[in-house]
Amino acid sequence: MSEAIVEVKNLCKSYRKIKAVDDISFKIYKGEIFGLVGPNGAGKTTAIECIEGLRKPDSGSLKVMDLNPTSNGRTLRNSIGIQLQESQLPARLKVWEAISLFSSFYKKNIESTPLLKELGLEEKKSSYFDKISGGQKQRLFIALALLNDPDLIFLDELTTGLDPQARRVTWNLIIDIRKRGKTIFLTTHFMEEAERLCDRVAIMDHGKIMALDTPQNLIRNISMETRLIFNITGSFELDTLKTIESISKYEKSGDNIIVHGHDKRMVKDTVNFLVNNNIDFHDLKTEQATLEDVFLTLTGKEIRN
Amino acid sequence: MKSLFRLTAVELKLYLREPMAAFFTLLYAPMLLFLFGFIYGNEPTPFFGNRGFIDSQLPAYMALIIVTVGLMSVPISTAEDRERGILKRFHSTPASPAIYLFANIFTYYIMSLMGVTLLFLVGRFIYHAQFEGNIFSILAGFTICALSFFSFGYMIASLAPTARTAQIIGMVIAFPMMFLSGAAMPIEVLGDKVTNISKYLPLTYVVRLMKGLWVGNSWAGHWLNLIVILGLLVAGAIISTLTFKWE
Repeated sequence: MSEAIVEVKNLCKSYRKIKAVDDISFKIYKGEIFGLVGPNGAGKTTAIECIEGLRKPDSGSLKVMDLNPTSNGRTLRNSIGIQLQESQLPARLKVWEAISLFSSFYKKNIESTPLLKELGLEEKKSSYFDKISGGQKQRLFIALALLNDPDLIFLDELTTGLDPQARRVTWNLIIDIRKRGKTIFLTTHFMEEAERLCDRVAIMDHGKIMALDTPQNLIRNISMETRLIFNITGSFELDTLKTIESISKYEKSGDNIIVHGHDKRMVKDTVNFLVNNNIDFHDLKTEQATLEDVFLTLTGKEIRN
Repeated sequence: MKSLFRLTAVELKLYLREPMAAFFTLLYAPMLLFLFGFIYGNEPTPFFGNRGFIDSQLPAYMALIIVTVGLMSVPISTAEDRERGILKRFHSTPASPAIYLFANIFTYYIMSLMGVTLLFLVGRFIYHAQFEGNIFSILAGFTICALSFFSFGYMIASLAPTARTAQIIGMVIAFPMMFLSGAAMPIEVLGDKVTNISKYLPLTYVVRLMKGLWVGNSWAGHWLNLIVILGLLVAGAIISTLTFKWE
């Protein structure tokens, strides 16, 4: 593993009696995309804002790029990029004015013209902030987070409220940013986003980290069953599937036959069985666990507000 | 320094792009001057101490500009910047919070000064208003009064939980005060009851100071006005510093 750029040890932060962040510890390594995922109200934003130095933790130790963000916040913010959840700019501020203004806040600046071009904002340069789309606003906030050429970038709920196209465009931008050797710390409640983008994911709920690993390992470790779904032409006696040991459960749902199994051999066994018995099956697909399943397994499925 | 300069330029532009704020700061007072000038003219009468209506009321309209900017523009836009997360966005850069404060105070000051200048020019060239005071003296008086009411406005912005309440508090304080202090209507026509009430309104002291400096009074006769105005400045500054929130 490479060098840690962020070190969080036993971070705690409460608001009145609610423990928003309850003793979390983790490290982020140079060059990775690290995701903090969890339902709304899990404490993700409080955690990220403590790490950015915008909030004062109750206890615990923080080290970000060798600085203590709580006491050296302004120095630190010169070398990091921040995108805040739900932030806005003045309605009648033009895109280029925002860029020029925020550039002046930093010691180091990158060229803004190529940046605007890369983010697809060049044509909107002279538009007012309240006249650009949600996706363009988010890209402008990405631009503001990149103006000082930071090595570490914080993105808090970047794609919330964006339509699927805009979300995909944003994902590609994040991947591009990482290719330049930047480290990215993002929070999201979209599991698909975390699974696609993140090298490592920490699942957070009720202020605690429930699991931290690569998305692949997290999925592998929850030992979710695999489902095999297929259709059969003609008649088929469902209970003949009983003979296959690796199947744990089978059912019929409309035209679909769904078999469940924890064993890796289940798919092979079932297909062999169908072929050997000359059963005419079609539309066969398998369903495996996703990060969302991991998430639901860890955080429970009840609805919360 | 570069960031202070750019933020100030941006804030000035934003102010002018907000039609309501620009209207109340720049055009409202000259408009009143036209309106009442049309009705009363500017003939000297014993009622206004052998001065005309415009001669007498023009400096009071300066107080009107100060109160509109101080109690409406300052609290509304500050609370709105906070509510929309704009303050927090600035706060997440290395820029010092002082930059935001200086750039905004400077903007409000310049805008009020432009309003007062416009008012002065309209009064002087259209109604031949007599100015018997010293230009530097009245500029100094205007500056102190403006800063004092800006400080009052920041106090409202700090104490109000939302932009909406900041707006309501600002208006509830500003509107009756405008009419009861002699800023909008000459105190001479308002009668004894109002004159009694006006003693409890800080704007009255601004009106008195501006009117006094306009006719060439020395500062020595205005120590009470000055104490009230400076007291408000200090109180507002202390309370807003202690209670101001970035989000």
